[in-house]
Amino acid sequence: MEVPRHWRLKKQRYALVGEVCPHCSSKIFPPRDVCPYCGGEAKTQFSFSGRGQVYSFTQMTNVPTGYEQSAPYTMALVQLEEGPVVTAQLTDLGEQHVEIGMPVEMVTRKIRTDMDDRGIIIYGYKFRPVMQA
Amino acid sequence: MREVVIAGIGQIPVGEHWDLSLRNISARAVQAAKKDSGWLIPEAVYIGNLIASMASHQANLGAMVTDNTFMEGVESYTVEAGEASSAAAFRLAYLAVASGWVDIAMALGMEKYTDLAGDSMDEPTKLVMDYDYESYIGQTLTSQAGLLMQRYLYENPKAERMAFGAFPLIGHNNAVNNPNALFRKAIRPEVYAKAGMISSPMNMFDIAPYGDGAAALILTTPEIASKVDHPLVRVIGSDVAIDTLALHDRPDPLAFRAAGVSLENACSQAGILPSDVDLFELHDAFSVYGVLSLEAAGFAPRGEGWKLGMGDKLTLKGDLPINTMGGLKARGYPLGATGAYQLVEAVLQLRGEAGENQIPDARLALVQSLGGPASTAVTHVLERMPG
Ligand SMILES: [Zn+2]
Repeated sequence: MEVPRHWRLKKQRYALVGEVCPHCSSKIFPPRDVCPYCGGEAKTQFSFSGRGQVYSFTQMTNVPTGYEQSAPYTMALVQLEEGPVVTAQLTDLGEQHVEIGMPVEMVTRKIRTDMDDRGIIIYGYKFRPVMQA
Repeated sequence: MREVVIAGIGQIPVGEHWDLSLRNISARAVQAAKKDSGWLIPEAVYIGNLIASMASHQANLGAMVTDNTFMEGVESYTVEAGEASSAAAFRLAYLAVASGWVDIAMALGMEKYTDLAGDSMDEPTKLVMDYDYESYIGQTLTSQAGLLMQRYLYENPKAERMAFGAFPLIGHNNAVNNPNALFRKAIRPEVYAKAGMISSPMNMFDIAPYGDGAAALILTTPEIASKVDHPLVRVIGSDVAIDTLALHDRPDPLAFRAAGVSLENACSQAGILPSDVDLFELHDAFSVYGVLSLEAAGFAPRGEGWKLGMGDKLTLKGDLPINTMGGLKARGYPLGATGAYQLVEAVLQLRGEAGENQIPDARLALVQSLGGPASTAVTHVLERMPG
């Protein structure tokens, strides 16, 4: 049972809520309370826009237990427009060819089914291609 | 600080030891190392292990091992540093002897990967990543390496995909003559080129296979070891460095900063240059780790490490032999026990006991173990004692 953990991480998983450093204005995700750039205390909440681009990606054939419903999936490092890089799955790719630099945006999707936790389904952020005009 | 030598080594073959427990495999490595040292009695036993608490439901390994091998009353506990755990345990044993705290210390690496079966087998390996922001997202150690390799090929468009095959090809070649290796069969470049993708652009041969294993080393002073009936190997450099836990938190993920820093510090303590060594046991958990480790060590400029894989340079005949007994890819990858195997293999080379794979007149060895994607890096420099 990891209910407290899921509850604690809600803001990050559903809304990409991180922090902004009051000393050096760096944007921080995931939140860590200590600024990784200046070492100052950073507890001011900051909501990221959810827009970014693919920094790297890999198509996974073998996926971990609990993640089979999305397999095979593409794992990515996504550089957010505010700076930080996050690890996330890409989704809604259709026939889209993934490449480094591709613009993406955050969406909320099913992440995994937790059999240990009575089959509860965990949602969280994934990124999908931005439709370009 | 006192001079420290390795007086005894022991290992069991890496494999799927369904019939052996954590107790059995550790006892075999411990007894083998004691015998090799002429039955020196350790006053401290530092154990490198990563997954026992999850895979074998067993913690408190210091009590388990010493109780089980008739060493009651000695100082003993687990050192955890991801897959570099037993390299870190070795460093602690080195410091314990060097400082004068004890005269004889043992470093033991042990891992029972096959205590879990089926779908849950790889669960414990995810412990070394950031749980909330990597593992939980669906990331694995393998996909992390896939991300690194994809980025490497993007930043270095001239890099040849086949050059990465040097690491599995060399490992498999060298493991043929290692009775303790998991895979003792060479593979051909054509087979590598055609292998199925696991995490693009990595194929199945770019990934080292996990296995069970235990290996041990006994460290002491040259005076105490003077009666040992084989050449002695000195520890002349030891360092550990860390990087961010999560791969995504690094400004430059291809830099493997911790690997570079720990290697530079260990060489500087030893008073050598990396290019002085006769062999380099590096942490080829994935082929791309081999390239990034060589670049971090300064053996190639940034973006050109792949070139070292072309030709014979890294083979037993080359001027920078790597993974002389098979490396993680072919000797096998017993997670937290890996560092102890790498060190044991380097000692065999420096003693002149590496059989068919002997590097002629090997005097200096570099040994590096990584936890995660070089989140932790432990580097040692070993030297054969004259005489
Ligand atoms: Zn700051």
